[in-house]
Amino acid sequence: MLLEVKDLQVAYGAISAVKGVSFGVDEGEIVTLIGANGAGKSTILKTISGIVRAKAGSVLFAGAEITQTAPHDVVKMGVCHVPEGRRIFANLTVRENLLMGAYTRSDGDAIKGNMERVFQRFPRLKERLSQPGGTLSGGEQQMLAMGRGLMASPKILLLDEPSMGLAPILVQQIFDIIQEINQSGTSILLVEQNANMALSVANRAYVLETGTISLSGPAAELRANAKVQEAYLGEAGALA
Amino acid sequence: MLSRRILLPAAAALAVFVVLQTAISAELLNAYQITILTYACIFVTYALGLNVIYGYNGQFSLGHAAFYGIGAYASALVTKIVFQGNPLSFPLALAAGVATAAAIGYLIGLPILRLRSDYLGIATLGFGIMVKVLFDNADKVIPAMGGARGLTGIPKLTSFAWAFFAAAAAVILVRNLIYSSHGRAIVSVREDEIAADAMGINTTKYKTLAFVVGSGLAGLAGGLYAHLYVFLHPSNFDFLKSVDVLMVVVLGGLGSMTGTIIAAVGWVFLLEGLRIVLPQEFLDWRMVIYPLVMIIVMILRPRGLMGGIELGPLKPGKVVRRLKAALVPASGKEA
Repeated sequence: MLLEVKDLQVAYGAISAVKGVSFGVDEGEIVTLIGANGAGKSTILKTISGIVRAKAGSVLFAGAEITQTAPHDVVKMGVCHVPEGRRIFANLTVRENLLMGAYTRSDGDAIKGNMERVFQRFPRLKERLSQPGGTLSGGEQQMLAMGRGLMASPKILLLDEPSMGLAPILVQQIFDIIQEINQSGTSILLVEQNANMALSVANRAYVLETGTISLSGPAAELRANAKVQEAYLGEAGALA
Repeated sequence: MLSRRILLPAAAALAVFVVLQTAISAELLNAYQITILTYACIFVTYALGLNVIYGYNGQFSLGHAAFYGIGAYASALVTKIVFQGNPLSFPLALAAGVATAAAIGYLIGLPILRLRSDYLGIATLGFGIMVKVLFDNADKVIPAMGGARGLTGIPKLTSFAWAFFAAAAAVILVRNLIYSSHGRAIVSVREDEIAADAMGINTTKYKTLAFVVGSGLAGLAGGLYAHLYVFLHPSNFDFLKSVDVLMVVVLGGLGSMTGTIIAAVGWVFLLEGLRIVLPQEFLDWRMVIYPLVMIIVMILRPRGLMGGIELGPLKPGKVVRRLKAALVPASGKEA
């Protein structure tokens, strides 16, 4: 397992958000966590990247314990978190945003290569290079957030709601890119409310309900599961 | 590697200095005018410190005057008590002021910089009040500090030249810091702390760094202030002094060095200029006119006089741009 989460518990004060969750991501996989609002999906990603501290349980990355590791050290190890709501640096230019993504890297040639690869994947960003990040459209901002994450050359990318607030055509585009990123060798842990899209690109999936995993299995299987269809996919999902 | 863009303004600044210094040497300016010019330079240094903390790093501080006071008292004690007024000890005294303010900034920054926005403001406000009370009662521990009676007998060592070059050094330091990769990390914390965390930036480290640099600059300004007015009183470093500098930084434009310099000099000149312009019986109106000026400036320029704008050598340097171009050679031309 590249990333392994064991019996993770997280609480915000007295309110427990994650109540003993275990799952894993293998090298080269796309794994998705789906579930309703407040199920604890984002909290799990934040705990993996070290922004939120676990109450109990452990997170292992490539065999090493990272439960108590500071966020900047987690990034250096190869875990990159693309947070919910994009969170780009609005007053910095697109180029500066991307350079911030490469902050943990000191090798100029590698940074240059990464930036070229980001431009190949997101040509729009190249056109907007010296524009402040805050002036981009929602879709472009999501591309920038993902591009910025890729600048760190992560082994695993934690994507939190990449489709949030995007037009359907852009959602399709973002998910195509997620698959491309995965095919070029980056493992992906994807948190989504758009369960239909997430299940269509993922290898495996976990369904999260109020802090615990209620179902898990290959994505295709879950997609066919009657309970999942009813609760998360709706009619569109059932037809797809 | 010094380009004309750097050399020309440096020469201009030097020319301004030479003109003013000549005027001072030729006794064209009276003691009061010299003091105001010197104080304006000190205020630039003081305000630049807060701009690093609040303007660039986004950490709201209402206690900047505490560090100004700490620097002032520390350096005054060095020249007055340790070296018995020996003028040669002045650089050492200034260094002691910087070091004390920076060290205390570090110690207080570690616990309180976890707080955000308003909460940090309240914590720094509390710290400022604490320091002032400490100054008020300091004579009980160190009699020489004078407590509420004030600290007298400080040698007058701050000349216009000292204040001018200290301010110039502060400007160069802040500029080079902000345009370094450390500076980008500092700014990214202001922009979005969670994203900065996710990018692998040690946000605690950079918040502390900005706070320490800002405190150190306040300490430098404090040391110069102590040796300009030769008398220190705790009330010189109360909450209102923290508000003054906060106003100057916001008025100049958060995250603009040019703005801070213009606003700091402008603010000192405005307050003193009104003293000259207004008839004696209207002097109290100063405190009505300058808030009005502030309100008008904020309405006309909501981001401050120079919000997000830098002039001349304070713009991102050629070196920085060249570095960025080297990172992305092809796109540099197309963009």
